[in-house]
Amino acid sequence: MSASLMQGNEAVAEGALAAGVRFFGGYPITPSTEIAETMAKLLPKVGGTFIQMEDEIASMGVILGASLAGKKVLTASSGPGISLKQELIGYAAEAEIPAVIVNVQRVGPSTGQPTAPSQGDVMQARWGTHGDHSIIALSPWSVRESFNLTVKAVNLAEKYRTPVILLMDEIVGHLRENVELPTAEELEIFPRRTPKKSRAEGYQPYEPDEDLVPNVANFGEGYRIHVTGLIHDETGFPVGSPKVTENLIRRIHEKISLADDIIEVEEILMDDAEFAVVAFGGTARTAYEAVKACREKGLKVGFLRLVTIFPFADKIIYELAGKVKGIVMAELNFGQLVGEVRRAANGQCPVKLCAKYDMTIFEPEEIIASIEELINEVNGI
Amino acid sequence: MRRQLRLSGSGGQGVITAAIILAEAAVSEGKNAVQSQSYGPEARGGASKSEVIIDDEKIFHPHVKAPDFVLAMTQKAADKYYTDLSSDGVLILDDDLVPNAPEFKNTIRVPITKLAVEKVGRALFSNIVALGVIAKVTGLVNFDAIKRAVAHRVPPQTIAQNMMALQIGYDAVA
Repeated sequence: MSASLMQGNEAVAEGALAAGVRFFGGYPITPSTEIAETMAKLLPKVGGTFIQMEDEIASMGVILGASLAGKKVLTASSGPGISLKQELIGYAAEAEIPAVIVNVQRVGPSTGQPTAPSQGDVMQARWGTHGDHSIIALSPWSVRESFNLTVKAVNLAEKYRTPVILLMDEIVGHLRENVELPTAEELEIFPRRTPKKSRAEGYQPYEPDEDLVPNVANFGEGYRIHVTGLIHDETGFPVGSPKVTENLIRRIHEKISLADDIIEVEEILMDDAEFAVVAFGGTARTAYEAVKACREKGLKVGFLRLVTIFPFADKIIYELAGKVKGIVMAELNFGQLVGEVRRAANGQCPVKLCAKYDMTIFEPEEIIASIEELINEVNGI
Repeated sequence: MRRQLRLSGSGGQGVITAAIILAEAAVSEGKNAVQSQSYGPEARGGASKSEVIIDDEKIFHPHVKAPDFVLAMTQKAADKYYTDLSSDGVLILDDDLVPNAPEFKNTIRVPITKLAVEKVGRALFSNIVALGVIAKVTGLVNFDAIKRAVAHRVPPQTIAQNMMALQIGYDAVA
């Protein structure tokens, strides 16, 4: 296949299809709408279902229903819509329903600047819904990676039976660039988990497998299933017991925190680096240019790009902070993920925030200035 | 070599579509291209701008700085977007819609919208007329590749009119 010009949002839809998504429920909102448009065009051709619901809450509800009935599912929205989806994202975490939610971030709070880029929902991705829950969030920096990470998001949602947030931003969502997409044979697709026991053998829908994830049967396949947002035992029915409560909350955390195939970062020019820039999503494109420019000036600066945002790459950042003299965290918001970087760095080196929240993207010079300030601060100049 | 273009006007004039077609044509010739856009929340009438970077190398930062070419299809866009043109850059203006041309040495004025209305029949084709002008002035992408990209992108029943619009734009500059 030769290269073609594709938009980030279109690549998400293509990736979803390649990963086996056959149900999309959504409600249009800038800058995510092209995902819904592309799904509406592509899904019927492969026997899938596209449905535009009456609002974002219903869009979230309908994909959870379709997921329980056995479909791989996707919805897409932006800030205001993602806020509305939060209650049901928590429901999906509690009831362990595989689902991928794409957030193409724009400037908030509220309706904010509808067409302008931001990374202001990054902590919402972690803590937007209430209660102790775990979550997976991935953030691509290119059109090609929008495809790849959508495939990964669907795979992880299925494997760990969890909601997964694909944290896009307007920069990458609306960017068009040349891509060559992989063929179906090149992709690894994780299938829907299936029961390992029959009812006669004592099947329980929420009995965890060895990887702590339950093999919940799909509705309509001969098993008796009960799904609830209440704390439940292995039968799926609510139980008011401290032990069951503790076990469930621990298990939905540990099935993700103990996994070794979720956290992904990319390190560039790090071998001899004395300082590091950390960035993610669309901002990483500019941060990388800034790092290259610093190298041309003879400054030993490296680049660490967070691909997986949550669970946070605690160990990798801890090791980075032990190796370099200082870190610049560049993010297109008032300062959010920098808190996680500082927590993980644990005081081993200074972590300087390079923040921007004026509805325009970073220019390389702004990040270079931050790097040079940090170097001067560390060197006592 | 890196070449940077900025196409600007108001929402509904089709500058984003023109930029997409240009980038598609560049990619069809094996080049790297990045196309980005910014526009207001309005469906029609707000400021609209699209940028294209074409390079043999990979492109990361997607913003244009010191563009080599700026197309302005409104007075407002001309005033706002010509200022950071590179010193040997070219400013392309819709002659009727930008009555007060900014002072810039390399300025090309073409009655883009008027040509679309009078020769193709509708202002709707002004973005493709503009693309023809850009093709000629920049010489960045083979004209045949642009023709194929236009045919690929526009509704099938409008291909003949769009080809006419493209040629009119191409022929409008020496």
